Amino acid sequence: MAEELLAITVLWGFVFIYAVMATMDFGAGFWSMIYFNRPKIKATNVANRYLSPTWEVTNTFIVAIVVAVYSLFPTAAYTLGTVLLIPGSIILLLLAIRSAFLVFSNIAEEYRKPLTYISGLSGILIPGLLISVLPITHGDFVEFSDGRQSLDLAHLFTSPNEYAFIGFAISSTLFLSSLLLADYSKASEEMEAYSVYRRDAIVLGPISIIMAFLIMFTLKREAFWIYEKMIDDMPLLLLSLGLFLIGGLALFLPSVNKKGVRGIPRLAVIAITLQYLAASYAYGKAHLPYIVYPEVTIASAFTDPSSFRAIFATYIAGFLILFPGFIYFWSLFMNDKRYLRQKQTKDPA
Amino acid sequence: MAMSDLLIARSLFGTTMGFHIIFATIGVGLPLMMLTAELLYQKTKDHDYVIMAKRWTKAFAVLLGVGIPTGTIAGTQLSLLWPGFMEVIGKVMALPFQIEIYAFFIEALFMSIYVYAAERIPPWMRISSLVLVALGAFASAVLITNVHAFEGTPQGFRIVDGEIVDIDPWAAFFNPSFIVTAGHVALSAYTTGAFVVASVAAFKMLRTPFGTRVYKFHKKALMLSVIVGGIFSFLTAINGHESAQYLHEYQPEKLAAAEGLFETQSYAPLAIGGFTDRETQRVKWGIEIPWALSFLAGNSFDTVVVGLNDFPEEEWPPLFVHTLFNAMVGIGSLLILLSLIAFVWNKFLKRDHFPRFLMWAFVASGPLAVLGIEFGWVFACTGRQPWTIYRVLSTADSVTTAENLGILFILFALVYAVLGVAVVFVMLYYFKKNTVIDDINRAEQRNVPLYGSNT
Repeated sequence: MAEELLAITVLWGFVFIYAVMATMDFGAGFWSMIYFNRPKIKATNVANRYLSPTWEVTNTFIVAIVVAVYSLFPTAAYTLGTVLLIPGSIILLLLAIRSAFLVFSNIAEEYRKPLTYISGLSGILIPGLLISVLPITHGDFVEFSDGRQSLDLAHLFTSPNEYAFIGFAISSTLFLSSLLLADYSKASEEMEAYSVYRRDAIVLGPISIIMAFLIMFTLKREAFWIYEKMIDDMPLLLLSLGLFLIGGLALFLPSVNKKGVRGIPRLAVIAITLQYLAASYAYGKAHLPYIVYPEVTIASAFTDPSSFRAIFATYIAGFLILFPGFIYFWSLFMNDKRYLRQKQTKDPA
Repeated sequence: MAMSDLLIARSLFGTTMGFHIIFATIGVGLPLMMLTAELLYQKTKDHDYVIMAKRWTKAFAVLLGVGIPTGTIAGTQLSLLWPGFMEVIGKVMALPFQIEIYAFFIEALFMSIYVYAAERIPPWMRISSLVLVALGAFASAVLITNVHAFEGTPQGFRIVDGEIVDIDPWAAFFNPSFIVTAGHVALSAYTTGAFVVASVAAFKMLRTPFGTRVYKFHKKALMLSVIVGGIFSFLTAINGHESAQYLHEYQPEKLAAAEGLFETQSYAPLAIGGFTDRETQRVKWGIEIPWALSFLAGNSFDTVVVGLNDFPEEEWPPLFVHTLFNAMVGIGSLLILLSLIAFVWNKFLKRDHFPRFLMWAFVASGPLAVLGIEFGWVFACTGRQPWTIYRVLSTADSVTTAENLGILFILFALVYAVLGVAVVFVMLYYFKKNTVIDDINRAEQRNVPLYGSNT
């Protein structure tokens, strides 16, 4: 059992990292579109400055999740692969359009506007569809009959719980990304962009928390087994809520290093990320031992133990090799004043 | 499962791969050209080489915009369309996928560093970043091809009563045809990357007055790419010969289908060209070279080459693979010949002007190289039919139980068409706006960013 738990923890870790990076990624693409016609405040500029070097790295995480599912839990990959054919294909199509047009928009200056709209709009739909995987794994929409599995799409798209998840995904995407971009603008000393993104975060924070409550409310009716287990972990849920309040408060505190400016966005980003970490830990814990309720558990889907050990060894080796690369990447794009405070209005493609 | 659903699933995945490998192959080949140009620049300080590196980097970045998402599609579609196959692969052969993720990360991290931090990092760091990009691209090609190699020469597990037992993931990883198959893909990708560059350079030379600054720039690019392409096409051929010998040993019916050989025999003839005819059991309209196939398969004329009749007909690969195989070998040979002519013309005859027909041959070389890898890939995968894992798992048992895949096929084909057209337009647009002359001016002025430029 210990090895299965280790494996699902790794998978959960990938999902969490991707969820945070992807919300920032798709959110930044969306804001870049929203503020396109207001070049003076530089909000689009800041969003692109974050997005250009990071989207490839973010995209790699989604591949890492897919590979982790089929290498750690091959039987679950069978079920998920079968039932996710339609939603998965739609996600892939949107992802292809989004990534390609994001690159194109940086290359073809004159057509930047339509290209940014295509990538921004297709991008914001992706989190809503991606998160649908969660309610699908709650089991209500999957039909198991004599060894065959299928997804009841009509049932899925008439479920209030599904819409609560979609609403939560999109509002969280916009909330987290505006928060990160507020921090990124402040570090870049783009104060107009900062005040715009700070305002967006203040509006979107409460919306996302309402969506979270809506998820719990609909979950109680539609997937009581997981609702019940989450409520058992009430301290974690309260911790998550507390972190949300700290994050919110941080946006109103006076800035430490800048006079007359409100907000400590770095603290807000950290608090809100921890908020999502606590909540998704409580959710993930309640989801165990099921991968797809009630047929597929982490024990029944687990790979061969010798394969697991080989894969786990590569995780350790891979982490050791990649970690310095990530640090270097961080120092060049998140922490280098020469990159953050570049004065040119045009972004390098 | 109706036959048509299996066929649609194969067509859909085949279309994804057929589209993806164009970008994947150039994505492996181009970084080597960029690295060569960067090194030449550091050595000669000739600005033309750093301009080449910059322009190829831009092209590479655009191609990645399609290559990365289509690769993501391919990796995920494996599970969506072939859940039966991926359940086995997940248990036995997950290592290459897993290690490939690290290669992706290295490529993605250092590609961004190379492009967006080019002007902030020292030259040695730029070269190192580029080396890591090229290495990451190379490793992902080698690793994903290893899964293909395993499909042909599976090992590292046993099947007892339908259950997979005695799994040794590293034995599966180092399956017999790993090195030779992965080598074939990597070498042919370098060949293709080089000839794609040669195509563009030759086309530009035809459109530019002889002897001008820009003409000389393209001439340097052409010579560099033809030399690199010549070396790698030659190495691909040597490796291809070895690949055929592996088929002879491990997948004899695939070699028999590739050569249109029905009767098992020693002193077997090699059929070049023509079409395999199922009724008369021979290759029509082809040229036969006596004894040659036996020699190629086992290095001696009395080598016994197994024919298709030794296998039940329902396990034969489709017979049209003979034509695909010939087309692949034909293109490869043509590319070697082309590089040899160019080399002799330039170095021994000391002519600085290539004749027009040769220039047009260079223009054709890039598209031909891409066609060559398409033929080779379709041959390699249809030649393995009816299996996904040779003699272990059939394609029919691998496919999804979901039906009505037709609409998905149409949607994906449509999106690939849009991306294919858009990528061409974006590329033409960018290079028309940012001409070689613009880049020469930027490179010769100090303090003007070259890599960050886009007008």
